[in-house]
Amino acid sequence: MALLEIRAIDKNYGGLAALDQVNCNVEQGKIISLIGPNGAGKTTLFNAITGTMQADGGTVMFDGEDITGLKTHEVIKKGLARTFQHIRLFKKMTVMENVLAGLHTKTRCGIVGALMRPSWVAREEEEARARAMEVFELFDERLLPRINQQVDNLSYANQRRVEIARAIAPNPKLILLDEPTAGMNPNETQGIVDLIYRLRDMGFTIFVIEHKMRLVMTVSDRIIVLDHGVKIAEGPPEEIAENETVAQAYMGKRSHAQID
Amino acid sequence: MTKMVKELIANSPLIGLLALLLVIPGFIENQYVLQVMIFVGIYIVLVLSLNLLNGYVGLLAIGHAAFYGIGAYASAKLSIELGFPFLLSFILSGIIAGFFGFILGRPTLRLTGIYLALATLGFNVIVWLIMLNWMDFTHGPLGIMDIPQPELFGYKIESRTDYYYLMLAFVVLTLFSIHRLVSSRFGRALVAIREDELAAEASGIDTTRYKVQAFILAAFYAGLAGSFYAHFVKYVSPDSFTHMESFSILAMLALGGGGNLLGPVVGASILTVVPEAFRFLDEYRMFMYGGILVVMMLVRPMGIFGASSYSFRLKLFDEKEKSYDKGDKFIDLGDDTGGKTPEGSA
Repeated sequence: MALLEIRAIDKNYGGLAALDQVNCNVEQGKIISLIGPNGAGKTTLFNAITGTMQADGGTVMFDGEDITGLKTHEVIKKGLARTFQHIRLFKKMTVMENVLAGLHTKTRCGIVGALMRPSWVAREEEEARARAMEVFELFDERLLPRINQQVDNLSYANQRRVEIARAIAPNPKLILLDEPTAGMNPNETQGIVDLIYRLRDMGFTIFVIEHKMRLVMTVSDRIIVLDHGVKIAEGPPEEIAENETVAQAYMGKRSHAQID
Repeated sequence: MTKMVKELIANSPLIGLLALLLVIPGFIENQYVLQVMIFVGIYIVLVLSLNLLNGYVGLLAIGHAAFYGIGAYASAKLSIELGFPFLLSFILSGIIAGFFGFILGRPTLRLTGIYLALATLGFNVIVWLIMLNWMDFTHGPLGIMDIPQPELFGYKIESRTDYYYLMLAFVVLTLFSIHRLVSSRFGRALVAIREDELAAEASGIDTTRYKVQAFILAAFYAGLAGSFYAHFVKYVSPDSFTHMESFSILAMLALGGGGNLLGPVVGASILTVVPEAFRFLDEYRMFMYGGILVVMMLVRPMGIFGASSYSFRLKLFDEKEKSYDKGDKFIDLGDDTGGKTPEGSA
């Protein structure tokens, strides 16, 4: 049984089918890519999985549980995490605070705990900070020197890194990355590729939306292609690269352009 | 030096300020000045509580006098009709106001921005109208008189000085508890919601639940302030809790700046003292009030201490952050991977 099973997901905006009977699986420990031209419904599919937007039909099974229709924070609690296409950070908070907020589901201090401050609250906070430091170390020296800086002072690439750090901090079973390298230069992109491999080796399962074909072809165990809300192809990178339908979706008909 | 001595020295600015506030009544002969200071205290609590919503969660609630009034009337009724001792009616009026916060917050928190503002303002007007028209219960425009003076552990609070110290204890406790709230996981969740609600949800924060909790807390503190007011003035009437009162509280928060604890204290102090200080100008003193706000919005729209946190701790002994201050070694060079390409690229 796959970790994430998406069955016959539909989503209509007025008369437009943003997602039309989409089925796909994400298996434990794999890196699965979701690609497709602009407006293909990739982010809509992510939103349907995480409950940011409710689908019109179909089911989402995660780790053997039906998570269709759950609210976003409930889905996240089940062990999913996501990043956004356009960076969404808590701008006036520091790098550390952003990641601590990401650890929200792993901590439990509420109003009473905050007022009374029993010893477990301090311990919990300490553990959360220690976990955050572990996560920062995955990014080498990019985030470590900046943990007490407000995130809106960080460079674009570092903001992306903080967003990924916030997502992986609670040790999610599945990470949804929505264009993690958007707006990054080739070297920063390479850094993200290395990170994705590292996360895979650590046992994370990754479902990633990407536009950079070189990256997709390199890291993916399997690629899913969406076009106009319909899954038009699925398979290992070599197969997708040769696929005529996919080439047409990207380039139009009778194109001999190489995908790169 | 022992740890305790270090802590004392580190916190000396706060301890000094508190000591000053403790001895000050001894040097003030004018009862009227003490009275103004007591009102400063009440407004500090009101602005701090509104700050939980407007400053920390980033909601726009503008009907705060409703909870202030509910607390005042609840305390008046509880102590007059049921004969409850001060401390009990004080806490109960906070809880009652908090309950109304829940009643209002639960359905309206789906609203954002100006719509929430209108809903809270509407609630304020409804509460005011009920106070004004429910003759049997609230005595309408006559208000409720002869609210008993507080008695704490056998000691009767009578003089202005007594009230001053009670106010000081109230403000210190409010500051202390709100500081603990906002500097915890709970406070972090509130700020996360303010900064980006969608991202907060995607971090596993139940945004609706936290907003309702913040609403209840804000109403609770406002209710306590109302109770204190009722027992201090010994008379409550609907006039004290109109939407104009709400706007005053909002103006204090706007002037001081939300999202931290210093802004509300400063804003409440300035806007309570200024109209009193310029009393010799009669009606014209309100020009000062309005003028300050207009200039403020032009010069510093975020308020005097907008949206950053301040600490009064001296940092003499604090351990340095795990020393990453190794000069320029960590300047981001952008491409230190040397432009290598992934293997097996298509």
